[in-house]
Amino acid sequence: MIRKTLLALAATAAIAGPALAAGEAEVTDISFSFEGPFGSFDPHQLQRGLQVFQTVCAACHGIKRVAFRNLGDPGGVEWPEEQIKAFIAEFYPETTDKETGEPRATRPSDYFPPNVDAGAPDLSLMAKARAGFHGPMGLGINQLFKGIGGPEYIYSLLTGYHEPPACAAESNIEGSYNIAFPNGGYPAECIDKNGHRMAPGSWIAMPQPLMGQDVEYQDGTPATLEQEAEDVAAFLMWVAEPKMMARKEAGLTAVLFLIVLSVLLYFTNKKLWAPVKRQDF
Amino acid sequence: MAGIPHEPYTPRTGFEKWLHARLPIAALLYDTLMIPTPKNLNWMWIWGIVLTFCLALQIVTGIALAMHYTPHVDLAFASVEHIMRDVNAGWALRYLHANGASLFFVAVYLHIFRGLYYGSYKAPREVTWIIGMLIYLAMMATAFMGYVLPWGQMSFWGATVITGLFGAIPGIGPDIQTWLLGGPAVDNPTLNRFFSLHYLLPFVIAGLVVVHIWAFHTTGNNNPTGVEVRRKDIETAKRDTVPFWPYYVIKDLFALAVILVVFFAIVGFMPNYLGHPDNYVEANPLQTPAHIVPEWYFLPFYAMLRAITFDFIFEAKFLGVLAMFGSLAVLALAPWLDTSRVRSGRYRPMFKWWFWLLVLDFLVLMWCGGQPPEGLVPTISLIGTAYWFVYFLIILPVLGVIEKPLPAPATIEEDFDRHYPPRAAGDGAAQPAE
Repeated sequence: MIRKTLLALAATAAIAGPALAAGEAEVTDISFSFEGPFGSFDPHQLQRGLQVFQTVCAACHGIKRVAFRNLGDPGGVEWPEEQIKAFIAEFYPETTDKETGEPRATRPSDYFPPNVDAGAPDLSLMAKARAGFHGPMGLGINQLFKGIGGPEYIYSLLTGYHEPPACAAESNIEGSYNIAFPNGGYPAECIDKNGHRMAPGSWIAMPQPLMGQDVEYQDGTPATLEQEAEDVAAFLMWVAEPKMMARKEAGLTAVLFLIVLSVLLYFTNKKLWAPVKRQDF
Repeated sequence: MAGIPHEPYTPRTGFEKWLHARLPIAALLYDTLMIPTPKNLNWMWIWGIVLTFCLALQIVTGIALAMHYTPHVDLAFASVEHIMRDVNAGWALRYLHANGASLFFVAVYLHIFRGLYYGSYKAPREVTWIIGMLIYLAMMATAFMGYVLPWGQMSFWGATVITGLFGAIPGIGPDIQTWLLGGPAVDNPTLNRFFSLHYLLPFVIAGLVVVHIWAFHTTGNNNPTGVEVRRKDIETAKRDTVPFWPYYVIKDLFALAVILVVFFAIVGFMPNYLGHPDNYVEANPLQTPAHIVPEWYFLPFYAMLRAITFDFIFEAKFLGVLAMFGSLAVLALAPWLDTSRVRSGRYRPMFKWWFWLLVLDFLVLMWCGGQPPEGLVPTISLIGTAYWFVYFLIILPVLGVIEKPLPAPATIEEDFDRHYPPRAAGDGAAQPAE
C-alpha cells in the first residue's frame, strides 16, 4: 500500500520535475566493444565475464537459455571444446536426464540449470529486458544515440551500491540502497513536500554482489569492481543476444548491397525518364 | 470497358493465342502492368510498392517463423528464444518480421496522409478509399495479435488492456470480451486464437489489396494536380500518362531500395529500438508492468482512448472506446465529408493549413500515447482528439463552401510541361519510347 502511494507520488512528481522522470536512477554510459555497426564482442572480456558470473552471480541466478555448447560458438566466448568439457566437469558434472529421469553426466548439449532457489530472476535475457536510457521527453533520442542501455544498466546496478542518504537514517526500509535501481522500495522520509525524491535510485533486495577482487582473472587483468561489472555486463549481453555478430555482419552486407543497388536504380531511373522529361542524360 | 484507353494485349505466338482463348491471364497481367499512369506522380506515390513489399515480407518471414513457433502459454516465449538462438537465421526472420511491421505502418501512414492531402479519397475513388480503410483495420488487428504471440509482459498486458476495451461496451461488453478471449482472462485459448487469426488475416489483406488495385485501376490513379487523365482516345490519354512498366516500376524500386537501406540498418544494428524491453520478460499474470504502452504505431489511437476522462451519458472508458473507433470511422467517411470540388490540396490555400495541423495533431497524439496519463498529457490528448474530429466533421465540410481555390492546370500534360518545359524545337508532345 505504501509502495503504491509512493509510486503515485513519484508519478505525479514526474510531470512537475522532468529531471526526475528520466533521472530516477543513475546509469553510466559505458562504451562497450560491441556497440555500433562495427563493434564486436571481445572473447577475452566475455571469458572474464563468465568467470565472474560463475564465481558470484551463479550462486543465485541462472542463465537457463544458454547451452554449454554455446560457449564454443563463434562471435561469443569462443572456448575450445576441451575447455567447455572441463568447465562442465568442474561446475555442473551431473544432471537429471529429461527422458529417463535418471542422473547422468552433463553433456555440452545440456543447458545451464535454472536457478530459482533464491527467488532471483533468470539472467538469460536481462541485458535486453532493461532500458538504461530514456527520453528526453519520451522522444527516444537518447536510445538512438546511446543504445537502449541494458548492459549499461547492469554495470550501473553492480557498481551503484552506496551508503544510504542521510534522510533514510531513521527509516526501517529493507534492502540495500542502489543509485541505479529505479523501481524498488523508497522511504517516505526521503520524499520532500513537493513529492520529489531527494536521492536517486531506490532500495533493492539483492545485497551488493561484487566488491572487487571477487575473482582472480586467468588473463591477469586487475579485478577491480568496475572491471568485474563491465565484464559480466558484456557477458550477459552475449547471453541475451548470442547472434549479435552474425546480425551485424549480415546487416552491413545488406546495407552495402542496397546502397549499390540504389545507385544503379537511380541512374536507371534517370536515363529511363530522360526522354519523357526532355532531359539529356 | 472502364479504365483509361490504352493499347490492348494481342497474343502473338501460337501458344499465347492458344492460352488466350482458354484463360486470358496474360492479358490480365499485361493490362495491370501496362496501365496508363499519370506522368506527374511525385515521390509520395511510392508507398504502394513499399506496402506491397511489406505484405510479402511479413507473409514470407511469418510462414517460416510459424514453422518454429509454439502457441502455448508455457512454450511460446521459449519457442521464440529457440528461434533467436537455435534456428538457422531465426534471429534474422524474427527481427525482419518485428521491424517489418514498423515499416508497414510507416508506409501506410504516409500513404494515407498522401491520400488526404491530394484528395485521393474523393469521387470517383471512394471505393478504393474504403477498401484501403479495411486493409488498415485488418493490419491493425493483425499487428496487435502478432505482438501477443511472443508472450512477453507487454504481449500479455497489451492483450489484457485492448480486449478490455470491448468489455467497456454497456450491457453486452463483458460477454463479448469473454467470447474474444475464450475465457475470463487472457490465457491459452486467447493465445491459440490470436495465432490462428494472425496467420489468417494477412491473406485477407492480400485479397483486399487485389480489390484495392482493381478499384484504382478502374478509376485511374489520382495525381498531384487532382486533374483527371483525358480519356477521349488513346492518343490523348498518352499525352497525360506513361505506362506503369517500366517508368513507375523502376522509379518505385529505386525508392524501395533507398528505404530498405534504412530498414536493414535498423534490423542489423538496432533491431530492438522500436520494441519494448519488458517484452523480453516472460508474461506473468500476477505482475503488472509499471507502464503499459502499445507499439508506436498504435500510440495516437491509444491517446484518444485515454483522452476521455469524464462520464457523459456513458462511462468515460466506453466514451474513450467510442473516440478511438470513431476516429477511424470519420477517416473512412472523408469522401462524403469533404465538400470541396477541388481535389488536390495543392490548389486549396486554406485547406493546406488545416491539413498540416492534422499531421501535427497525429504526431502529438502519438507522443501523448507513450506518456503516462498524468499532468498535462490528458488535456493535450483531449485537445488532440477533439481536433481530429473537428477536422473531419466541421473543417472539411465547411472549407468546401467558404474556400476560394487557386486555379488548377487544365490537364496533367500542362502541369508536367511546366516542370519539364518542351524544347524550343519540340512540339510539346514528346512521346515516351515504347
